[in-house]
Amino acid sequence: MAGSGTAHLRESDDAVLDVRDLVVEFPVGRKQVVHAVSGLSIDLREGETLGILGESGCGKSSAGRAMMQLPPPTSGSVRFADTELVGLKPRELRRARSRMQMILQDPISSLNPRRKVKDLVAEGLAVWGYDGDDRDGLLRETLLAVGLDPEVVWERRPHELSGGQCQRVCIARALLMDPTVLICDEPVSSLDVSVQAQILNLLERTKDRYGLSMVFIAHDVAVVKNISDRVMVLYLGKTCEVLPSDGLESEAVHPYTRLLLASVPGAEEVAAGRGEAIVPISSELPSPLAPPSGCRFRTRCPLATERCAEEEPQLREVRPGHHVACHHVAVTAEENQ
Amino acid sequence: MSTEVASTTQAPPVLEVVDLETRFHTARGVVRAVDGVSLSLRAGETLGLVGESGSGKSVLGRTLMGLIATGGTTEVSGTVRIAGQAVHELSGRQRRKLWGPKIAMVFQDPMTSLNPVRPIGVHLTDPLRLHLGLSRRAAKERAVELLDRVGIPDPRRRLEQYPHELSGGMRQRVMIAVALSCDPEILIADEPTTALDVTVQKQILDLLGSLARERQMATVLISHDLGAVEGRTDRVVVMYAGRAVETAPTTELFAAPHHPYAEALIGSVPALDAPPHTVLRAIDGTPPDMANPPVGCRYAPRCNRAQDLCRDQMPLLLDTSPGRSVACHFPVSVALPDVPEVPDGANEKETV
Repeated sequence: MAGSGTAHLRESDDAVLDVRDLVVEFPVGRKQVVHAVSGLSIDLREGETLGILGESGCGKSSAGRAMMQLPPPTSGSVRFADTELVGLKPRELRRARSRMQMILQDPISSLNPRRKVKDLVAEGLAVWGYDGDDRDGLLRETLLAVGLDPEVVWERRPHELSGGQCQRVCIARALLMDPTVLICDEPVSSLDVSVQAQILNLLERTKDRYGLSMVFIAHDVAVVKNISDRVMVLYLGKTCEVLPSDGLESEAVHPYTRLLLASVPGAEEVAAGRGEAIVPISSELPSPLAPPSGCRFRTRCPLATERCAEEEPQLREVRPGHHVACHHVAVTAEENQ
Repeated sequence: MSTEVASTTQAPPVLEVVDLETRFHTARGVVRAVDGVSLSLRAGETLGLVGESGSGKSVLGRTLMGLIATGGTTEVSGTVRIAGQAVHELSGRQRRKLWGPKIAMVFQDPMTSLNPVRPIGVHLTDPLRLHLGLSRRAAKERAVELLDRVGIPDPRRRLEQYPHELSGGMRQRVMIAVALSCDPEILIADEPTTALDVTVQKQILDLLGSLARERQMATVLISHDLGAVEGRTDRVVVMYAGRAVETAPTTELFAAPHHPYAEALIGSVPALDAPPHTVLRAIDGTPPDMANPPVGCRYAPRCNRAQDLCRDQMPLLLDTSPGRSVACHFPVSVALPDVPEVPDGANEKETV
């Protein structure tokens, strides 16, 4: 359980989504296993946005999908609205999960190309057999809420829409199920910058209007900071750091988070003058088939010592609400006390 | 109506582009992917080409190389002059002689730009032997040097490896080594880091920058990422719907953009040092359909400063100060110079 632990979970049971020790592993033959997520714990409070940040291959998408049980995790627990989702029968799962919705990275391929917008958005209602008189009114209202003109898009198919419009259709489709939790897996990374800003603003507005809690998964530090209340940094399936997004760029202390921050183009001047610059030893991500012992970041970490190879760092609180899993950071914090 | 932008150095330009147009004849009509762009580039200078997808920046890059030329459903007009030769007047054989020693390109996707069934070494030794006439052995030694220079550990062993054995970042380093193999005067880097992870992106951009400085190479950095261009280029051309809408020294552009599109584009990127939940400055609407662009300014339908004039008349690219020009009737925080009444049809021609 190293590089993880549950110290960052808050002492209360009002979490709308409570994930404990989530493990996702994929067998790849010859008795080998990809360790996608190894012991992730999350408590998402009502109205909160949790950002999950990491490079490709860090397990952030696998974690998001495992929360939705797509597919179910190898082990661990996902409690949503006081229901344990792991191990539910398919019928019960569908019922329990309907108020937890997901938005995927590629909006065009996540829409059926042969269906019209009016059918795409109503799909959830159709699955649940909703056939009220106000069905069309509800659809139009939701389309308007995501900034689409129902008169224009009603009869259109996905190829007649731009990427940004398709993402709006996906958001409308999720909203129609009246969700309490929205899991967004890289919802803006395939969009142009000007459209990305539209969608980020829309998600923020929608969250307030519909009273949503969100898990926002992305690789872009600035985007995650903009939308989140708390940020969790993942590396090779393990948690490195959990901290409030406010002041993220100056408060983050884990060497991997510092590396991510220093990699943001144009961030040199922001990062300069604060602590030593993080220069990665290698640009290669170790294989998730055989992750390094101890701290998984040690093969690229300039601060790594023997202790990092032998002992997995546990998440520790360095200041209220800020938890780090790193031997070196923990040591300096203890010295300061 | 022609305005020449003075470059930062006084050496003669190594790359000169005048009034370049690239047109594709499609089933839906003629698409002017590049519509009247002019620019010039001197040795050691780095030019950033920014714009959203569909703005024509990649087509421009490929047209500069001569990879897109007149033929079939494609038409190129205007001139691209590399080392005094008009690229689009050359035969295929003559043009191939420019590729390598004069101009080279780094492509976006390192996975598909390397031949999967040939080892890394062959990608490097082929151009060395063909263009520089090196012997097999000398070419191999030079290849090892090149791989070492782009930061690939254990280069001698890598020569025997195939592209699939390397990570994305390593493959992009190989692509850069291939582009540099014949010591080109001009390097065109088309979204060189878009397919890579964030931590690798910075390393590759830093590498390109240091190589360009070391070899006094003229570089065109094409990117949709403003952050990648800021701080790494001397001048920037902002493209929208096939046209250059603003050109300026990089620091001046980011400090005070004049074109409303450039201003909005810069404002739409979330800033790392801004507090969470800051409302971003989104640009309404989407870029125009290039087969049927709007009359007048192409940005007018999305512009919050647009007036009737913008919808009727295409704005010209005019100098606002030495080295800066903007194509807008109502630019942000700058006054346009007095220009005589423009005769009809004259707004076809502009120079960056």
